[in-house]
Amino acid sequence: MKRKIIQMLGLALMITATLLVVAILGVVLFDLSSKGAPSISWAFLTQSPKHGMTEGGILPAIFGTTAVTLLSTLLAMPLGIGCAVYLHEYAPDNTFSRLIRASIRNLAGVPSIVYGLFGVAIFVQFFGMGASVLAAGCTLGLLTLPSIITTTEEALRNVPRLTREGALALGATKWETIRTVVLPSAVPGILTGVILALSRGAGETAPILFTGVAFYTRYLPGSVMDEFMALPYHLYILSTQHHAIEQVRPLAYATALTLIGLVFMLNLTAFWVRAKYQHGKD
Amino acid sequence: MKRRLFWDIFFEKALKAAAWVSVLTLAGIFLMLLINSVRAFETISFAQFFSGTAWNPAAYGEATYGIGAMLFSTFLVTLGAMLIAVPLGIGTAAFLSEIASPRVRNILKPAIEMLAAVPSVVIGFLGIVLVAPALAKLFNLPHGLNALNGAILLAVMALPTLISVMEDAIHAVPKSYKEASYALGANRWETLVRVTLPSCTSGILVAIMLGLGRALGETMTVLMATGNAAAMPHGFFDSVRTITATVAIEMGEVPFRTPHYYSLFACALILFLITLLVNVAAERIAAGYRRKGQ
Amino acid sequence: MRTGLYFSILILLSACTRRNVETITIKGSDTEVNLVLQLAEAYMDSDLDVSVNITGGGSGVGIAGLLNGNTDVANSSRDINPYELTLAAERGVAVVPFVFAADALAIICHPSVPLDSLILKDLGKIFSGEIQNWQQLGGSNAKVSLYGRQSNSGTFMYFRERVLGKDYDPGIKQMNGNAQIIEAVKADPNAIGYIGFGYLTDESGALRDGIKVIKLAKMKGQNAISPLDKAGIKAGLYPLTRPLYQFTNGEPRGKILAFYEFEKSPFGQSIIAKNGYLPASEAGLANNSRQ
Repeated sequence: MKRKIIQMLGLALMITATLLVVAILGVVLFDLSSKGAPSISWAFLTQSPKHGMTEGGILPAIFGTTAVTLLSTLLAMPLGIGCAVYLHEYAPDNTFSRLIRASIRNLAGVPSIVYGLFGVAIFVQFFGMGASVLAAGCTLGLLTLPSIITTTEEALRNVPRLTREGALALGATKWETIRTVVLPSAVPGILTGVILALSRGAGETAPILFTGVAFYTRYLPGSVMDEFMALPYHLYILSTQHHAIEQVRPLAYATALTLIGLVFMLNLTAFWVRAKYQHGKD
Repeated sequence: MKRRLFWDIFFEKALKAAAWVSVLTLAGIFLMLLINSVRAFETISFAQFFSGTAWNPAAYGEATYGIGAMLFSTFLVTLGAMLIAVPLGIGTAAFLSEIASPRVRNILKPAIEMLAAVPSVVIGFLGIVLVAPALAKLFNLPHGLNALNGAILLAVMALPTLISVMEDAIHAVPKSYKEASYALGANRWETLVRVTLPSCTSGILVAIMLGLGRALGETMTVLMATGNAAAMPHGFFDSVRTITATVAIEMGEVPFRTPHYYSLFACALILFLITLLVNVAAERIAAGYRRKGQ
Repeated sequence: MRTGLYFSILILLSACTRRNVETITIKGSDTEVNLVLQLAEAYMDSDLDVSVNITGGGSGVGIAGLLNGNTDVANSSRDINPYELTLAAERGVAVVPFVFAADALAIICHPSVPLDSLILKDLGKIFSGEIQNWQQLGGSNAKVSLYGRQSNSGTFMYFRERVLGKDYDPGIKQMNGNAQIIEAVKADPNAIGYIGFGYLTDESGALRDGIKVIKLAKMKGQNAISPLDKAGIKAGLYPLTRPLYQFTNGEPRGKILAFYEFEKSPFGQSIIAKNGYLPASEAGLANNSRQ
């Protein structure tokens, strides 16, 4: 009997833990939606900020985030996918390539502020890009590079060897095999990885902090060498350094909701791609 | 045929180039940290950096560059986060893996992945507007921006990683172990606690290490919610400033190529090495685990 | 359908982009950021060919930006120091100051703190940690809770230079900006902190509630003046009035000069006054010696 009671208690503990975790997500979503939704409107999403940020919208921030994230993905994708393809398809399985893979995995865990520092030292200062969309895009691209390499390799690993060997047996060269058989079947996995990297990049603040983001710009950046506004930085400033913190609190909530909406939309797209891929496999 | 061969070789070279560029750039990060840290130690003594507790580059008198207080703060907040997240993580992972029906699992797993997707600024923001007032009311504090707040928020950030890795580990325990346990008369809870969990200890350890690495490297969350007092904390209710927050705060105010500038790279190097250590340890444990399993 | 979407996006974007825009980058002081933001907005309304990008972060960020070459104008609530001037000389940066307004540093505390006025020396003792308990000043037995800025702040530097003459008490809580200090002081019954007095009043010009403003006297025996006492400040009696600077690399030209002219114009001056700041002419009125 005692054992049964202990089992029930144990079960209760586990359920409590799970409920707590789910509740956290619930609280996050509920608090943001309830306090942010009232301030979201078409005007909010399409106007520039006015009156010292206490009114108006966040269009430059949405645009800035989109631009920088897209740029970073455009830079990281060819490098990352190329690197992964080379590592998986061409590189011999020796200590050196294992070391490379281990280093890439470790770099995925490096704090984002370290990438920010690197971005300042190399892109802003050494390459002379100054604080710009370009510098921030390169920095963010570096941040997402390890995860794109890892997820692409994973996707390539899931392509059955038989498929490759079949193509080679039919007389295709290695590159043709990759181009016509391997990559197409790995595309959903690669795409999922890229979209997830995009969504992570959109939410990052530390790498863009000193590589190009500005508190206020009236207009959208005219070129990649201009400064830009960004959603995560905007949220950070509105909640810590703004001169009328309480007054702009609703706007901060709305910004947070917009950011999380953007990120979730990207993640859901990635999940959808992944789900379709699983379905296609069956 | 010649043309096809040409493209074959071309792309092999191009892909190799992409690989080299990626690897070199990533190696460059470490190199740059190292070079700039060396420059830092030209003017700052090792002793003061590692054993000094006061980080005061803009001091009235002589500048001091001691990371003691920051290091302690980082560990305090991270330890607190692990204390909160590990029990919750194990409980949730065990529930997901052993108890939950496939339908429930299909709802909960994406939900947890959603939690992982929430950007750190948003968590930090909620730390300021939601958790801090709650803590202040609960513990009768003037404001809730302290190490405890940071620990709670970091736990929230580390939980998804913890849960998913732990769940994989628990799920991977062979059915035969559990069946043997049931055959011997144990009930589900006893099987879980005395057979399943102990047999995936290394997997759980790996999960903890990965969660730890995540918590150690967080910047924005701690920057916004821990109060940023640069002094040595005496407890969880003190405001603290972690290494990541210090670098983020001071990076903007340093003219390039000054001792203060280089000192921040030294801090980043320490951070880099700590997270490297944690990740390598995790991989070592995971490798040992895989070998044992075979 | 798709072409329609592209077109509408293009139109939306073109509504917010100006192809022939000249950009002025301004970085720096948190004390000045809101004021300069208002000035810039008004200026951009009058001149559609210029875009002013503003970032805060503290005076240190502005000056570092000027030295690093990634800002045109550095907002600073403190003067540039000799070390920075050396760095500037090494990099070929010619630092040119411009005082566009003035500010009085306000000392605020929680309404339940038993103080109404302080002499400068005691203020220094409180913030350097020599006085740790409100009891020592005739109050109840409670530990003094200090709030200040971070080292990237010009206000941090100015206060330390002018009032302390030494380092702050290490337990001082370093907040990210003026607004955070106000929020913190409101919630902490033993709190005392310093802010730019432009932050004392809200948008409509009314004094913010929940905080008490301390009157200051330079020396014992003198009349303590509140930073809200306009006549007292004009007469040079408030010890913590200070000029607000904007630094450029070399003499200001083109749109930057035009912006400076705008700041000096009556319209600009009215914006400065509306935000609770002092005109540049009253910048030098504080006695610059410490005692």
